Amino acid sequence: MGTGTGIGRVRGLGSARHGVSHWLLQRLTACGNLLLVIWFLVSLLRLPALDYATVTAWIASPLVAVPLILLTISVFWHLRIGLQVFIEDYVHEDGGKIALLVLLTFYAIGGAALAIFAIVRIALSGAAA
Amino acid sequence: MAGAKNRPLSPHLTIWKWGPHMLVSILHRATGTAMAIGGGVMFVWWLVAAASGKDAYARYVDLMTADQGHFSLAGLNLVPFIVLFGLSWSFFQHMSSGLRHFLMDTGAGFELATNRNWARMTLVASVLLTVLFWAIIWSKH
Repeated sequence: MGTGTGIGRVRGLGSARHGVSHWLLQRLTACGNLLLVIWFLVSLLRLPALDYATVTAWIASPLVAVPLILLTISVFWHLRIGLQVFIEDYVHEDGGKIALLVLLTFYAIGGAALAIFAIVRIALSGAAA
Repeated sequence: MAGAKNRPLSPHLTIWKWGPHMLVSILHRATGTAMAIGGGVMFVWWLVAAASGKDAYARYVDLMTADQGHFSLAGLNLVPFIVLFGLSWSFFQHMSSGLRHFLMDTGAGFELATNRNWARMTLVASVLLTVLFWAIIWSKH
């Protein structure tokens, strides 16, 4: 790896100087996940049923829709960071690594966008119609 | 890597004696990956089904749950049960292991015995929480 020489930096070797923010975001989203996923699981257990009317009425409540959106952001951000490390550790060939990281980013952003759109649609279309 | 093909490598999996810390470390990655893909897909699928209307949600529920009088586990079909059971244990294992990492981030728990014990405790906690979680679901059926 580059040891901080000029040519090393030009070739993209060595630190990208994003290590600390990466580490902190992993911990920050982990805290978010801890609170929000436990809230989500306990709420599901407490719902009287998981049929269409009950579930959509539950999601439509502001105090559910907003935490659910935050949960989506926290979880998909955390998995984007976590799987990035996973790919970087096990895929050493540059082409494959870059392709997988692009795929991962599309999955994380696409999945989160779908989930958030679904939550907003349920929340704004009027509960239990 | 300037002409250094024979640099010594760090000893890897094959050389270390297995211990709970090693198992828990591997499980942290495995459960995280399983939830990232499996949990992510199940979560988005569920929300999109609910947002697509009554019929779409009914199809989703029909796929996941067992018909009356048929084989069921907590009301679920076999495959959804295995997936959801696995995801729930993955979450509790990843959560316990993550809490252990938070403690280790403070610099605590690196003594050999403590490290081994905390690793074991994450396994015990994840199994107990998974059993509790499904016992509550079972009690409602």
